[in-house]
Amino acid sequence: MSDATSTSDFPTSAKVVVIGAGIVGNCLVGHLARLGWTDMVLLDKGPLPNPGGSTGHASNFIFPVDHNKEMALLGVQSANQYRDVERSVDSGGIEVARTQERMDEFQRRMTSAAAWGVEAELLTPAGVKALVPFINEDAILGGFHCPTVSVVDSLDTGTLFRNEAIEKTGLRVFANTEVLDVETEDEPATGLRKVTAVVTDKGRIDAEYVVIACGVWSNRIANMAGATIPLVPAVHQMADVGPIDVLAETNNEIGYPIVRDMDTFCYERQSAGSMEVGSYAHRPILHHPDEIPSNEEAALSPTEMPFTPDDFDQQMEEAIELMDMLGDAEIKYAINGLLSLTPDAMPCLGETTEVRNLWSAAAVWVKEGPGMAQVVAEWMTHGYPRVIDAHGADIARFYSQERNDEHIWSRAEEHFNKTYGIVHPAEQWEHRRNLQVSPLFSRQEDLDAFFFQARTWERPQWYGSNADLAERYGVQEREVEWDNRWWSPITVGEHLNMRDNCGVVDLSAFQIFELSGPGAVEFADYLSVNKIGPVGRATYTPWLTPDGGFHSDLTMHRVAEDVVLVVTGVFDGGRDLHWVRKYMPKDGSVIVKDLTLDISTLGLWGPNAPALLATITDADLSQEGSPYGSLVNVDLDLPAGTVRGTLFRISYVGDTGWEIYVPWDDAPKLWDALMANGRDQFGLRPTGGGVYGTSGRIEKGYRLQGAELESEYNPLEAGLARPKVKSADFIGKEAYLAAREQGDPEVHMCTLTVEDQTDSQGRTRWMQGGNEPICDADGNVIFDSHGRVSRVTTAGYGPSVGKHILMAYLPTAHAEPGTDLQVMYMNELFPVKVVGTGAPFDPDDSRLKS
Amino acid sequence: MRVLVCVKRVPAPGAKINITEDGQAVDATNLGHTMSPHEECALELAVQLVEAHGGESHVLTLGEAAADEQCRWAASIGVNKATLVDVGTQGWDPQRTATALTHAVRSIEAADGAFDVIIFGNESADTGGFQVGIRVARALERPMVNAIKGVDIVDDGAVLEARRETDAGMEVFRLPMPCAIGVKEGITWPRYPTMRGRLASKKLVVEQQTSDAAQGGQTMVRLNRPEEKVSETVILGHGADAAPAVVELLKELGLWTEGAAS
Repeated sequence: MSDATSTSDFPTSAKVVVIGAGIVGNCLVGHLARLGWTDMVLLDKGPLPNPGGSTGHASNFIFPVDHNKEMALLGVQSANQYRDVERSVDSGGIEVARTQERMDEFQRRMTSAAAWGVEAELLTPAGVKALVPFINEDAILGGFHCPTVSVVDSLDTGTLFRNEAIEKTGLRVFANTEVLDVETEDEPATGLRKVTAVVTDKGRIDAEYVVIACGVWSNRIANMAGATIPLVPAVHQMADVGPIDVLAETNNEIGYPIVRDMDTFCYERQSAGSMEVGSYAHRPILHHPDEIPSNEEAALSPTEMPFTPDDFDQQMEEAIELMDMLGDAEIKYAINGLLSLTPDAMPCLGETTEVRNLWSAAAVWVKEGPGMAQVVAEWMTHGYPRVIDAHGADIARFYSQERNDEHIWSRAEEHFNKTYGIVHPAEQWEHRRNLQVSPLFSRQEDLDAFFFQARTWERPQWYGSNADLAERYGVQEREVEWDNRWWSPITVGEHLNMRDNCGVVDLSAFQIFELSGPGAVEFADYLSVNKIGPVGRATYTPWLTPDGGFHSDLTMHRVAEDVVLVVTGVFDGGRDLHWVRKYMPKDGSVIVKDLTLDISTLGLWGPNAPALLATITDADLSQEGSPYGSLVNVDLDLPAGTVRGTLFRISYVGDTGWEIYVPWDDAPKLWDALMANGRDQFGLRPTGGGVYGTSGRIEKGYRLQGAELESEYNPLEAGLARPKVKSADFIGKEAYLAAREQGDPEVHMCTLTVEDQTDSQGRTRWMQGGNEPICDADGNVIFDSHGRVSRVTTAGYGPSVGKHILMAYLPTAHAEPGTDLQVMYMNELFPVKVVGTGAPFDPDDSRLKS
Repeated sequence: MRVLVCVKRVPAPGAKINITEDGQAVDATNLGHTMSPHEECALELAVQLVEAHGGESHVLTLGEAAADEQCRWAASIGVNKATLVDVGTQGWDPQRTATALTHAVRSIEAADGAFDVIIFGNESADTGGFQVGIRVARALERPMVNAIKGVDIVDDGAVLEARRETDAGMEVFRLPMPCAIGVKEGITWPRYPTMRGRLASKKLVVEQQTSDAAQGGQTMVRLNRPEEKVSETVILGHGADAAPAVVELLKELGLWTEGAAS
């Protein structure tokens, strides 16, 4: 029924063609069928049930704890879907540590386990041995045990989902069918193309939607349509050794917990009478998709490449050290198994940015397959995923510089060995830096700037030249290295100097898209919750999903009658530009243009900002002449000549000032003039992202897209709802109105202050904003009725408040100002107090009005 | 007892074998390498003979430097010594190969003592020439029998008794040692390397030799791939509904007799 290979009934058209019948493609057709889709075709170039992709050789286990919310919750979601079809066994799993650093990491993993509601415990070496009697307890310092680690049958699960789609909707399945081309047509008004057909060796299928779920081959298939799915096939080595009596005696596919030997980047997973030893420790071995043999050419399967034993010897020694019995077991089967790696270690889900209705469901491993298939199915159905916010996996996040092989390969090589690594939340990439720099980059280098990379953009996080400020304000390094990593006391100095004097922040990484044409304002209003203002006004507004959650949060500048600028953050530029193109009218009434590299922005804030700015412009800088939210076009009289600029009175840091927009090439002139006029007379200092993005922002409780603002939350919960709703239609309006009618939301975005940062060892600790759970007075993690956990979305020291500040959604009962709660950090509880939904610093905004 | 095994590094292809553009070799890009199953059994036999009778096993190969991998594989299952005659990546004809191997055997024997038995795989996995073993044995003036599926050492270690399956039954040969045999898959059940074996094999010193043997009379013109037979599966139907189509097909094939099913 499912393996029809005759060409006689090959379809000529379908609503949806899904390419790839691995775990993702199979689960996807199943989920689409559940959501009511019909007229679907599933293709694979290999035979069923194992067409030869990565699913066929996967080790098929799921460790449910991950620090990343999307990966953790979709892992749990996937594990439950495997359980639902009874193709899952809870084997339990233990991560073992050989170093103290890893033991510390286990404290962090306990914290993440608590956040995601996953049962976990720490074990002594003897405790590990009690569960895994063949382990050498002398080789380890301890273990992190999750009883709900599961082993799944991904091939059988895929078959069940596929059969469900066949039974529900008459899904047609064609194995041994190779895709030769994916055809598209131009869509002139949007600059996109639209998918039209899939050409195979069995015939051509006209298709309204095409989904690429081809695992390691995905980018090659996407390229056929002129699209990109930035991933690279990479080797994960695995050897099956046995028979081993103690395993065979369990008479079970899996009788002992899976062991992850975290510090050697290896795992040992029982497979009936043998042990699978897998590794992420070997040198990165990447392949171009064209190097992968066909099913016919492959000695085993295409993604089971020839084993390269030299790369595995070190792992064998370490495996024997951990489990001596492995040394005398025979290596029956060993492969260089292929899996998919992306430039940032997150999957590629969603509609491709180049081709309308061409979707990607790729770079997904077995452990998150069913959940991510659900994400894509919901996205196609409802316009957005419902099960979880998936912005981190959204394929639109990638800029063009992130989509070429040089970048993909370099980043994959860099993060492959971090698969079991201890990765700090603020960890920076080592390679492929300086891909995009601001026009002020050389000046900032001269000021000894420490750069953080935001996707492709380099942004100063702090300036080494401001080291004197840390001394001036008496700021110390943090006591524990982990808390101090990727942080500098200079940030606090820059913050306090801005509050006392003023600071200039390079905002050149702002992504700026111009909407112009007769339909521009109407379209801008359709994207935005808040009404687009008159010429000369900017509007701070959410963009909602059709379900009324946050897609984005940005400013819209009405710069002319028919021109609106969208100004958004660098982490969301790709997603937002795709959103614009996806929804813009197809009648040519709106033209979208990316002005990011035409316009540079400097933020100037602090009590001395108006006086300093007055040295270069005659414009009226008073609250009347340049009121909050206004856009004023001015001449800036700079030593290098007069420059035309726009002053946008706004603040993301809590002090009065402006975002100053000037032509890209003029930014150095403005920077030089501000530095020359400001440094001595007004105390101006270059000020980094540590102030702009964290300390200045969090003191004011300002929300950030991707942190506080996600599709799982709406403006009422985020505290961003305005008193009235505009009459014009906008995306998500119906859902937004429905939420408003329900009255008080269940949760509120709150700021909290940490009241005592001392841990059990007497050390002062600093929460990092890595999803640390908020607990009630009894230590119970707080969840709402939807299962959403109260967790830290941003953490940062508030120098002007004198406290470490956290942001988190809290249920109403806990959100009352003054409520005493606790935060878990590194598996310890610290007392916190709710400030409320407003700002801990200058709650009346008096400084903005000065 | 001293036992030598000769092996040949060959690509490990799938069902479809690609040939290089010049037609001179199998395109081994992205292929692993192995030896013939006969040779894997030969290695196992050598290890078993030494386990049973004491002595030393030795593996000899002729090929590219990468054949080091096959030497180490042999060591990982228990072979004691290895010699690699490095002739580069160009395939050598059987005569030339046999001349080089004969020379190598003589040099090893001059250093370590004569081999009691030299074991070849019945034929190589790639060219299948059936020539090298017999040529080497003849050059060394030692008796040889091919297609051996069983051996015993008898007469207090003086004679190797070798068995060969024929249609009529079993042929038994008595070979006074030193001798040579060509063995077939099935003579033993070859073991896989253990992890410890693999790690120990890293320490093996593979003796490197070269050869100036002259080219033989056989020249390979080029490799060709036979035209693929494409078979298409036609699904006749599902369940009882398929019965008429099945009947039609059986009739077409002349396998249907009217009334037979009554």
